[in-house]
Amino acid sequence: MRDTITRLRYRYWPDHLLGEILSKRWTETAIPVILLLIVGFAFSRSIDNFLSPASLADTARQAGEIGFIALGLALVVIVGGIDLSVGSIFALTDFCALYLLDVAGWPVPAVVLATLFCGALLGAVNGILVGYLRLRAFITTLITLIIYRSAYDLLIQRYSNAIASAFPEIPSWDFIGAGSVFGIPTVALVYIVIAIFGHVFMTRLRPGWHITAIGGSRRSAYNSGIPVRRTIALCYVASGALTSIGALFFASRLGTVGGDIGVGLEVIVLTATVLGGITLGGGKGSVAKSAVGVLIVLLITNGLTTMNARGGVNRMALAGILLVAAMVDIRWQKNRTRIISKVYVAPTYHELPPPPPTEIGQGGPFEQNDKLRDVEAIGLGRIEAPEDVILDRHDNLYAGSRHGDIMRFLAPDYQTMEVFAHIGGQPLGMAFDREDNLYVCIGGMGLYRIRPDGAVEKATDETNRSMRSVNDDSRLRLADDLDITDDGLIFFSEATVRYEMDEWPIDGLEARGNGRIICYDTKTGTTRTELRGLKFPNGICVASDGQSILFAETFGCSIKRYWFAGPKKGRVEVVMDNLPGYPDNINLASDGNYWLALVGMRSPSLDLAWKMPGFRRRMAKRVPVDEWLFPNINTGCVVKFNEQGKIVESFWDLHGENHPMITSMREHRGHLYLGGILNNRIGRYKLDNADPNFVQYDKRWGKQS
Amino acid sequence: MKRFRFSQQEIVFAVFALLFLVFSIFLNGFLTAENMLTLLQNVAVLGILGLAMAIVVIGRGIDISLIAALAVPPGLVLQMVQNGHSLPFSLLIAVLLTIAFGLVNGWLIAYAEVPSLFATLATGLLLAGLGQAALFQLDVVQWSAGMNGFEQLGQGTLLGIPTSIVMFAIACIVVAILLRQTRWGAYIYAIGDNPYAARVTGIPSRPIIVLQYVIAALIGCFAGLVMAASVNSMPTRVFNSTLIYDVILVVVLGGIGLSGGRGGVLNVIIGTLLIGTMLNGMTIMDISYAGQNLIKGVVLLLAVITDSFLNPRNEETAQQGDI
Repeated sequence: MRDTITRLRYRYWPDHLLGEILSKRWTETAIPVILLLIVGFAFSRSIDNFLSPASLADTARQAGEIGFIALGLALVVIVGGIDLSVGSIFALTDFCALYLLDVAGWPVPAVVLATLFCGALLGAVNGILVGYLRLRAFITTLITLIIYRSAYDLLIQRYSNAIASAFPEIPSWDFIGAGSVFGIPTVALVYIVIAIFGHVFMTRLRPGWHITAIGGSRRSAYNSGIPVRRTIALCYVASGALTSIGALFFASRLGTVGGDIGVGLEVIVLTATVLGGITLGGGKGSVAKSAVGVLIVLLITNGLTTMNARGGVNRMALAGILLVAAMVDIRWQKNRTRIISKVYVAPTYHELPPPPPTEIGQGGPFEQNDKLRDVEAIGLGRIEAPEDVILDRHDNLYAGSRHGDIMRFLAPDYQTMEVFAHIGGQPLGMAFDREDNLYVCIGGMGLYRIRPDGAVEKATDETNRSMRSVNDDSRLRLADDLDITDDGLIFFSEATVRYEMDEWPIDGLEARGNGRIICYDTKTGTTRTELRGLKFPNGICVASDGQSILFAETFGCSIKRYWFAGPKKGRVEVVMDNLPGYPDNINLASDGNYWLALVGMRSPSLDLAWKMPGFRRRMAKRVPVDEWLFPNINTGCVVKFNEQGKIVESFWDLHGENHPMITSMREHRGHLYLGGILNNRIGRYKLDNADPNFVQYDKRWGKQS
Repeated sequence: MKRFRFSQQEIVFAVFALLFLVFSIFLNGFLTAENMLTLLQNVAVLGILGLAMAIVVIGRGIDISLIAALAVPPGLVLQMVQNGHSLPFSLLIAVLLTIAFGLVNGWLIAYAEVPSLFATLATGLLLAGLGQAALFQLDVVQWSAGMNGFEQLGQGTLLGIPTSIVMFAIACIVVAILLRQTRWGAYIYAIGDNPYAARVTGIPSRPIIVLQYVIAALIGCFAGLVMAASVNSMPTRVFNSTLIYDVILVVVLGGIGLSGGRGGVLNVIIGTLLIGTMLNGMTIMDISYAGQNLIKGVVLLLAVITDSFLNPRNEETAQQGDI
């Protein structure tokens, strides 16, 4: 009864979604957006007309002006700096625009251009100091803040009367300040255009990536050849120019050069930036975050002003929000990976009946023996991690290695070892096609094809994305084993879509059906997912009927059959279940039966733990990774089973000296070749009663002349 | 061949001597006893603040909120005395407020790991906002009868020396002993030199960082009391002024590198003298407030650039996230 409840709870409650959602980058933007909605809602309830069109348009104008400055600051913060001088640049460019228009009498386009240039120039001073002279951004822009502010004070002492007395009646100037298109203020429209461009710039264009890279790690960016100094300097220039755009709209809206214009603006903009979730110190941030931050800050300050709060209260509110936001941000950035890794592992209920006996004297098909004791070792100490082994029609032996190579041992004595092809990822399952191309599943990379001359080509590394998955499962994370049908369809297994190759034991701990079987059509070059929700699908072998494949589910401890053609097309059937170990690769035997490797034997502890998801979740949260339960892969065996799923024979290495763990085996000319992902050798075992002329691919596709 | 190398403090001292000489010769009214007294008195508050900043900067931090600590707690003393509380009680409350403020700063920086520049920028605003919103009735808190006698702290003389200068001297001695003679002082230098190594060595770096900011806030409060005593009021709008940049100027010009672990009280004294002379000279030359700020800003910029050449950083040595 309790088991049933546990089973139902873990079957239908999607535990794994929390970790997947949290590891999405957009969740960091979602938090400020929720905050924005709360603030907006709270003020709209407590203040009348807070959301009226007039009030909204007014907010939009202010938001646009501050939004430009915030965009500039966001750029500078993402690149790893800070710009405190924006308030003073704002004041100076505001003066510049009004002086040129009112006193010097320039035409509006010239004023706009000159103001932009002025802003860029002021930003360039910061840029040269911080970017090229490598001064500290905070202290430097603090100093330029004073210098620009004093310059502004000196200038308005002389010209404020002249500016205040002029009332230029220029329609285009007024349109900039007060105009609107379809009810949307000009400034908001321009902001939207620039924000969209900014988004594309930061996410799709090379300079944007450079900026993020520098902010993320200045040293790495420098070492990888990014022009760090120039990029940083240009960010400050952009900040100055964007600030001057804000100042232009401000100048055209109000037309004043008061003494306190832009004072404290940097704190408002900084608050907006941090509140939006742009990380101080660089490397993370987006245009959307900046915009959301600006809106929150404006709603709060405007709301407080409407409620007639004293100046000090406003100040305190800003500072308080700033501190809380900075603290939350810093704690989150620091602990993000830890939090995610804690909640990411979501174990589920997995029940297996007691395994069949394997002990000597207990009888049964799995009874242990010592047949593999005197296996001959090929390439002893010279090869590492041959997960799969395969032989071509000319008797040469191929095996993958941990170093990302396909090694070839030349027939007949297999003493000469050479690098057949270098791939770069760890080769797992292998299979030859009719033209003797070697298809290899590469963990972390996908399905690759190696021509007989050793040329490496990518076959596929992505499949169709499933709509209901939160994680992007279109990339292949752990392609594991494959086989090729007579029609040129390649069925290959992807063991898990939630973990990387080195994390495969965690997938076993989770025991969720995270794996799938994918079909790559060599004729059309298309890839599509055939089966999902499998518990670590591993070995794949096309069955003798040519209409179905046999596949092993490692943590399901079962072998299943999937019909890809014929009358039963699309159906899945259990061939064997409740195996005493974890099945790995399956291959054809000379007598029409199948070889199966059991990479390790089940243990009572993990079997029990699989029925206790809560226990495993607590373990994942509280115990360091290297103390977690780990599926046994120290002892395994090779078995032969027939079409009906009956075990015919088993092969063990009781002493655990030659081949304690076996992930793959191939029969070839009366010998069985054994591979193991933790081994430093390939085993060669002389089979009795086997066809001494059996060559797998000759048998399947006819002898090549 | 022997090479002559000057340390930064020697250079700054030489610049100070030169400036002093030039002003004495060319500026009327500079080298008078009266002006010297004003100079030293103005310099005293700046110097005391410089000491507070020095402690924090040596520990590889910075405290922008010093001016808030200077303005608000002493302002509170004046306000409370005005409202009829006794002077010792008001002082006690002010000191408690200051300690609380220092603790908040220190906690934010040491435990919440907010960058010091950023944390103190915000807490300074917070404290100033608190004063503006809740504590003071007017921007300038006036002297009241209950404070009588306290003005000796800023206006009297002791053995012919103005008390404010005596106070600066006392503060110098206290800070010098703290930095050079106590274990805590050694820890501050160690943390400033290499915070990670200090932590690995087993120095309680977080409590020490908190201590730095508490001491800095207390010294800032002390400076505020001296200032209030010398002008018989507490102009709380001083928070909006550029005084904090003068303080940074004192520290950086004096030769305490912003990267921490270096310098001492002597550097503060030299920096204070130079800045004091400069400001005094500019005031006599009747340069406007904005003009003075402009010159100060440029000098500070040059100082920071020089600092970056003397203590260079590049892509390899820069700390990630160090803004």
